[in-house]
Amino acid sequence: MADVKQTKLDLNNLKAGGFIKERGKDLFTVRLRVPGGRMSVPRLKKIAEVAEKFGGEFVHLSVRQSIELININFKDFDAVVEALGEKDQKVASCGARVRVPVACGGCEYNPNGLVDTQKSALEVDEKLFGTPTGHHKFKVAFAGCPFDCPKSATNDIGFQGAIYPALDKDACISCGLCAKSCVPKAIVMGGDNKPLFSNDPCIWCGDCVKVCPTGAWSEAKRGYTVRIGGKWGRNPLVGTLFATFLPEEKAVQFIAAVLEWYKQKAEGLGRIRLGDTIIKEGPEELLNHLRQQFADYIVAETIAPQVIATQIGK
Amino acid sequence: MQVIDLRGISCPTNFVKAKLALEELVDGTVAQILLDDGEPVKNVPRSLKADGHKLLGLKQTEEGHYILELKKVDE
Repeated sequence: MADVKQTKLDLNNLKAGGFIKERGKDLFTVRLRVPGGRMSVPRLKKIAEVAEKFGGEFVHLSVRQSIELININFKDFDAVVEALGEKDQKVASCGARVRVPVACGGCEYNPNGLVDTQKSALEVDEKLFGTPTGHHKFKVAFAGCPFDCPKSATNDIGFQGAIYPALDKDACISCGLCAKSCVPKAIVMGGDNKPLFSNDPCIWCGDCVKVCPTGAWSEAKRGYTVRIGGKWGRNPLVGTLFATFLPEEKAVQFIAAVLEWYKQKAEGLGRIRLGDTIIKEGPEELLNHLRQQFADYIVAETIAPQVIATQIGK
Repeated sequence: MQVIDLRGISCPTNFVKAKLALEELVDGTVAQILLDDGEPVKNVPRSLKADGHKLLGLKQTEEGHYILELKKVDE
């Protein structure tokens, strides 16, 4: 009788996914969990060490801010997980689960950042990472300001930092820097040589507050603009506006409430994303559900996620 | 009046040149900084404010460029 050597693996490591089959026999990509794309230098060194020992000649920087180890033999899964664990580096997820949130650098060193997206991404990762949705993948992104480098509205839930400006006319020296800085032209200089503000064109970027030499412009409100129902891929959708000035500390709770609605409403609809579920149910349904907990921040009305026609012209 | 002419120089070189020029001035000096329309006039004033200088005003000239007046503030 032949001596059969059996590979033993801790299958708990595979629960949230993150080990992705490659072309070659026995080889897998190991997707690492890097919420918000922040990577400490000691952790980066450990990853390099593990990649050198168990992986191929390179790693891949994924579009969602992960470092992916390439060419990992499945027999090494336990050893890879253990070695990464020495610097608290965890493996990410795949499949119908809440994915690792992406975020821009935030506000600690980036002068455009209005909110602490890094903190939000870590909180969401800690509380909701890997939650099974029952239907399809679920992506979250945090942008620190309306310039929105992370393209937040192409996620199931996209958060965008915002501040609402308020003017103290007496402190204004009529320099006009705010009007000059205001790209959407929400501020123009009026007849009295003081700024005139209109709400509709304002995207809440805060450039007026940042440039104002005297502090005449200040922030009246700060929080997240929240768009829901976006996705990219084969049939792209852009998420639409559901909440404004949601306090940063309510982001986790807000996502949990959307997930609850999604799990329930997508029941029996098969492998369907949140955006398509909203189109099917109508955005009013989700607005009403969210009003139960977040009445102060939910918009009066909205539209369904917007289909982007990327196939016209062929 | 100290004039720092940054016309024709794009971001971020204009801001770095402004920093170098301001280093030469004593605390409290009022200077005029000439900036092109577009990105320069949108970015440079804000960055100089963030560096701690006191912005005093902005004027557009007939030629179409801008004059930013500021007071140098040492940290």
